[in-house]
Amino acid sequence: MSRVLVPCHVKSTVALQVGDMRTSQGRPGVLVVDVTFPNVAPFELQEITFKNYYTAFLSIRVRHHTPLHTPSKWVTCLRDHCLMPDPHSEEGAQEYVSLFKHQMLCDMSRVLELRLILRQPSPLWLSFTVEELQIYQQGPKSPSLTFPKWLSHPVSNEQPAPRLEGLPDPSRVSSEVQQMWALTEMIRASHTSTRIGRFDVDGCYDLNLLSYT
Amino acid sequence: MRKAQGSWEKRILKSLNSMCTELSIPLARKRPVGEQKELLNKWNEMGTDEPDLSLFRPVYAPKDFLEVLINLRNPNYENGDSLSFRTHLGLIQVPLKVKDIPELKECFVELGLNTGQLGIDDSTQVPPELFENEHVRIGQKVLVQQDSAAAQQYIRQGSPTALRAELWALILNISSQPEDILYYEQLKTNVIQHDLLVDSLIYKDVKLTASNDDYYFVFEDYLYQVLLCFSRDTSVLSHFAYNSASPPKSYIRGKLGLEEYAVFYPPNGVIPFHGFSMYVAPLCFLYHEPYKLYQIFREMYVRFFFRLHSISSHPSGIVSLCLLFETLLQTYLPQLFYHLREIGAQPLRISFKWMVRAFSGYLATDQLLLLWDRILGYNSLEILAVLAAAVFAFRAVNLMEVTSLAAAEAVLADLSTLKVMPLLQIFLFATVT
Repeated sequence: MSRVLVPCHVKSTVALQVGDMRTSQGRPGVLVVDVTFPNVAPFELQEITFKNYYTAFLSIRVRHHTPLHTPSKWVTCLRDHCLMPDPHSEEGAQEYVSLFKHQMLCDMSRVLELRLILRQPSPLWLSFTVEELQIYQQGPKSPSLTFPKWLSHPVSNEQPAPRLEGLPDPSRVSSEVQQMWALTEMIRASHTSTRIGRFDVDGCYDLNLLSYT
Repeated sequence: MRKAQGSWEKRILKSLNSMCTELSIPLARKRPVGEQKELLNKWNEMGTDEPDLSLFRPVYAPKDFLEVLINLRNPNYENGDSLSFRTHLGLIQVPLKVKDIPELKECFVELGLNTGQLGIDDSTQVPPELFENEHVRIGQKVLVQQDSAAAQQYIRQGSPTALRAELWALILNISSQPEDILYYEQLKTNVIQHDLLVDSLIYKDVKLTASNDDYYFVFEDYLYQVLLCFSRDTSVLSHFAYNSASPPKSYIRGKLGLEEYAVFYPPNGVIPFHGFSMYVAPLCFLYHEPYKLYQIFREMYVRFFFRLHSISSHPSGIVSLCLLFETLLQTYLPQLFYHLREIGAQPLRISFKWMVRAFSGYLATDQLLLLWDRILGYNSLEILAVLAAAVFAFRAVNLMEVTSLAAAEAVLADLSTLKVMPLLQIFLFATVT
């Protein structure tokens, strides 16, 4: 299904910590990233992609567009999605991740704002975040192709065109061409995949030094 | 990891370039016709040649590579100055995920105590009716069926000597078609036509390692025939799609910077290091036609051996193997690990060379082939790290008494009497933790 990139504004991350941030020693284990969509009407979210950077768990909350003047609330659409199976080791730490509409817990139509809550409980990592965040909405549905009428309803038994003098019988020619085509297909199918493996340029392989670039 | 691999490669290139300029030898040149004829005549006995190789030195040795791995650091990782729970006590400081013994037991379940093994249950005290005869019969059936997946499952319990060559060929999907023989002949022609600096490195390596080995010196000529052709084989370049390394580039003389004249050097992109020829040597026991030996080696290299000398986070990559070895030792032999660390003999410094060479040249050949059976069967190199830890466990009593790195090396210098399968079985399944 086609998808269209939605321009979004990703606000800088906010760390959540208990107590006074200036005096406490530990690093925050929870970060919040707000994603707004200025100048875009509420849309149906199709896909979220990003590159992980040492985030262990991801939760996403969404705010829907509500009709009239009812206040819109934040709804959790993804709860504690695990990005790193072991928060202390490197597995999954720098992977590219895609999240789809069908993985979400709630309906994703008419999205106003997103809030990503990143968690990294392990104290081993100096920082964690998600990078290259991109939001996609449903692309326009591909127009259904209409077949030309003559393809779906083959016309039967036309009057054969009058044969021109001196030319061979068209049905014989077509059957011979078909045989030739079958032969070429056979040869192409049995074509070996081993390459010749030339490593020189026009027979010359005089090299002086290796290149560093 | 990629950055580290990149800078390591740059070091290798610099080393090779400086060797070129010091010795005033070009990286590659076309052989004059007279020399080509001479080489063609001598093709089957290149070992008798005694070129002056004294000025050549290997581009790098495993211990240089170990130093690079020891210095791998994740910039996002908290490497505190003070010792805390987060400090790695071993040499590798990268927190990759490695398996522990319960996970290894699950993974290597066919090596368990209740399953028959070649290497254990075919010894002279065990009557062959109990396991060996049946196992050989199943092996023959698998070969008749030409079922590659079944062969891979079968070989986890070891391969009978008579069937091993065919089983390995079946698992590696090597079937010698006429075009393969032609391809090998084409490579041979390439060797005759062009002379590469890498050839001298290969000669030197074979003379230093395989020729001095009691088991492998008879295969010296075969090794040249395989390795020289290997360097010219451009089909090996395709493995760089899944290798974190990149092949070195060069430009035809006088055309620096012009992309149409950019080529890879050597043509297969692999620069051999000290001990590289030991990857081929054990295969010489199984295959006697050069083109078959060549195909098997090439496939083993692009499936397994390349991971032993490139930096990546793959579970079978050398970094993970080192970490797995150190973690197993720390967890299950903590006293031994602590003692060795205290005397300045970090265990990885001793076991690294075993793992980089996949134990070739350290174990007796029949034992080595039993080990490589399991590498093929499990499609993973983790068994190398487990065996390394098992060897330390076996010699733990002696190691606890040593007081220096040199003495520890002496205890572990000779592995040729070890029986691989009992060691692995005891370490994984019979050690009380």
